[in-house]
Amino acid sequence: MLQWLPENIASYGAQYDAVFANIYYIVGAWFLAAELFLFFCIFAFGRRKGRKAGYLPGHSWKAMSWVLIPAVVILGFDLAIDHQQVPMWRAIKEKQPPADQTVTVKGKQFVWDITHPGADGKLGTEDDKQTMNQLYVPVDKVIHLNLEAEDVIHSFFIPNLRFKQDVVPGRSIKGWFKAVKTGQYKISCAELCGVGHGNMGGWIHVLSEQDYQKWLRGEEITTSRLDKDSL
Amino acid sequence: MYHMQTGHAVGFWRKYVFSTDHKVIGLQYMITGLFMAILGGFLAYAFRMQLAYPNEAVPLFGQVGPDVYNAMVTMHGTIMLFWVAQPILVSGFGNYLVPLQLGAEDMCFPRLNMLSYWTFLVSTVLLVASFFVPGGAMGGGWTGYPPLNARMDYTGVDWGGTLWILALALEFAAALMSGINVLSTTLNMRTKGMTLFRMPLFVWMQNAANLIFMFSVGPLIAGALMLLADRTLQTGFFIPAQGGDPLLWQHLFWFFGHPEVYVLLLPALGILTEVIPTFARKPIFGYRMIVYSVVAAGVLSFIVWAHHQFVSGINPQLAVAFSLTTIMISVPFAVIIFSFLATLWRASIEYKVAMLFALGMLAEFLIGGVTGIHLASTSTDIYLHDTYFVVAHFHYTMFPVTFFGMFAGIYYWFPKMFGRKMNEGLGWIHFLVTFVAFNVIFIPLFAFGLAGHQRRIYDPSLWENLVPYQHLHVIATAATIVLLLGQIPFVFNFFWSMKKGRKAERNPWKSNTLEWDTPSPPGHGNFEAAPVVYRWPYEYSAPDREEDYRPQWLAPEAKP
Repeated sequence: MLQWLPENIASYGAQYDAVFANIYYIVGAWFLAAELFLFFCIFAFGRRKGRKAGYLPGHSWKAMSWVLIPAVVILGFDLAIDHQQVPMWRAIKEKQPPADQTVTVKGKQFVWDITHPGADGKLGTEDDKQTMNQLYVPVDKVIHLNLEAEDVIHSFFIPNLRFKQDVVPGRSIKGWFKAVKTGQYKISCAELCGVGHGNMGGWIHVLSEQDYQKWLRGEEITTSRLDKDSL
Repeated sequence: MYHMQTGHAVGFWRKYVFSTDHKVIGLQYMITGLFMAILGGFLAYAFRMQLAYPNEAVPLFGQVGPDVYNAMVTMHGTIMLFWVAQPILVSGFGNYLVPLQLGAEDMCFPRLNMLSYWTFLVSTVLLVASFFVPGGAMGGGWTGYPPLNARMDYTGVDWGGTLWILALALEFAAALMSGINVLSTTLNMRTKGMTLFRMPLFVWMQNAANLIFMFSVGPLIAGALMLLADRTLQTGFFIPAQGGDPLLWQHLFWFFGHPEVYVLLLPALGILTEVIPTFARKPIFGYRMIVYSVVAAGVLSFIVWAHHQFVSGINPQLAVAFSLTTIMISVPFAVIIFSFLATLWRASIEYKVAMLFALGMLAEFLIGGVTGIHLASTSTDIYLHDTYFVVAHFHYTMFPVTFFGMFAGIYYWFPKMFGRKMNEGLGWIHFLVTFVAFNVIFIPLFAFGLAGHQRRIYDPSLWENLVPYQHLHVIATAATIVLLLGQIPFVFNFFWSMKKGRKAERNPWKSNTLEWDTPSPPGHGNFEAAPVVYRWPYEYSAPDREEDYRPQWLAPEAKP
């Protein structure tokens, strides 16, 4: 199943996908064990002449332990899973490494308005660069996002970065990522936002430092295969 | 105090339409629910065709645009949960069986019960009518998130959304009335000898489900009033520009919405607690342990709601706490599932269709359960939230619960309801087609979710990252059609057996619970004489008895 995940280009990609795999194998093993037991019983204990079912009401603690001990073991696995995955969550949503650059992403029906800092590296100055649906970032840099919404709730989703955050009108939510591989990757809107929800998306262009500087100067980037405003 | 079964003549209208008999009301709920299931299934067919073959006219329906698509997925979810699962599993089976299994002549408040059904029917009419108003039916998602649904301009849906809120409010009122009856009947109308711990687990599950519903629905009703006011009076409870907060709705909605999952799950598990011991010819394993697990799950169900909101913008530290409670709720359910497995150990299984659906529900629900862990884990949920993985996950919980659970119940209690048995051969076909087709629909959708397919887009062919996997949509759609066609044997079997099925005696499956002590079908007033209960309901294959069952109503033999 896991090979269906798209390529991971986030700096925390390997750890993230490892959490995925870890849970997958733990629950997969329990799932197989339970199904095998179920199907074994179904086929092994069919009605036969002259054989009566066992009388096992499971009233005593000793009998109940057949169920309770596996359940306690499951609790142990549950806690182990959360113990392993929570640091990953904290690293993504709570502890943001210092920003190399900050970009504002504002969702509105049915486009992403994106404001990049210009050559001065600061937002809110005259050389800010506005785009629609196209996010340009340099590779290997920590990018902070101010995630906002104008009208209804949208959700900023970049599958290759394992990045998703709802954008909520009235709030500015902080997010971050660091992309480690150049290329163009899909952005989508993951929260139903109206009639145009199915058309709301865009591209993230992860550029080498030289290409990024070129883009800032408004020059043609030969490595980008996409039109500026394509969905 | 006890009224004997009365043979007094009542006219057709009083007997079958404006009836106060809990059995008729139960059947009214079930049959209304089954009709709504046809509508919900048809919607699924139409939007799955659109997903597999975008923008081609759908046979029997026509063109599906984005607005129609949104309305169809919204209404499919709404109908299947609140007009199929809830009326059939909770109000339908609950009404029919709780008084019978307790040895009562009817519900505590028969007129309230009738009011409950008629309120539900009005809600059904309103909901169906909302397809035909200008602007079309509700298209803002079955979760009704604002601000999208707080202003008509955001969706273009006008009266459809308002009717949707009103219909839901009436449906909840109906469910409340029905639930009050179940609780008060259980507390007050148990026959002699029926102590709480001699009640069939089905009755426990019904009571737990109704209690959970009652405790959770209040905040949602408050939220729904605010949403209605936002839509119609331009208030701003959920509009930030007017000082409101969109996340408030999500908390109110999911505080109800997650417990609602258990409101639907528990009655289906209750059906399994009756069907599995009967056809395994074995006592349920760990009766009290199951009761206490249900109580634990019920309590925990109130502190897990925010796992629907990990990426909604709530405080990330809060999310960790909800992740922990969510992951822990797997434990009481593990106890219940393991108890079923232990019940099957050294059983003597009769492969009747009711049992097939019960075992099918176990096998499928396990998939729903284990895939929930990836979603309960906050970090992996970042990626999976609002993808098709979630769609597949909740269909693997809700479909087995609603349909496998319901079919297990129908095949099992049909002889009691109509005095005749359903055809086993047609039932096997129905089961096999349903089982296989269901898996072929949703296993590909897990994969599609992992590939990054976001939910609720009407045309996947617009998405370059999804186009390579388009064949998964085609497979799922083909299987949907097979699944729907596979219900034809059931519908035929249902109506044909009602008239022509093999006659059923009182206790055709040799079961232990009190409903099998009545004629099939039971008359008004249920029992010929008030039954007396001597033991717990799962005395199967006791070593000291030759017969492999010992009903609750059977007086103990005198010791020599």
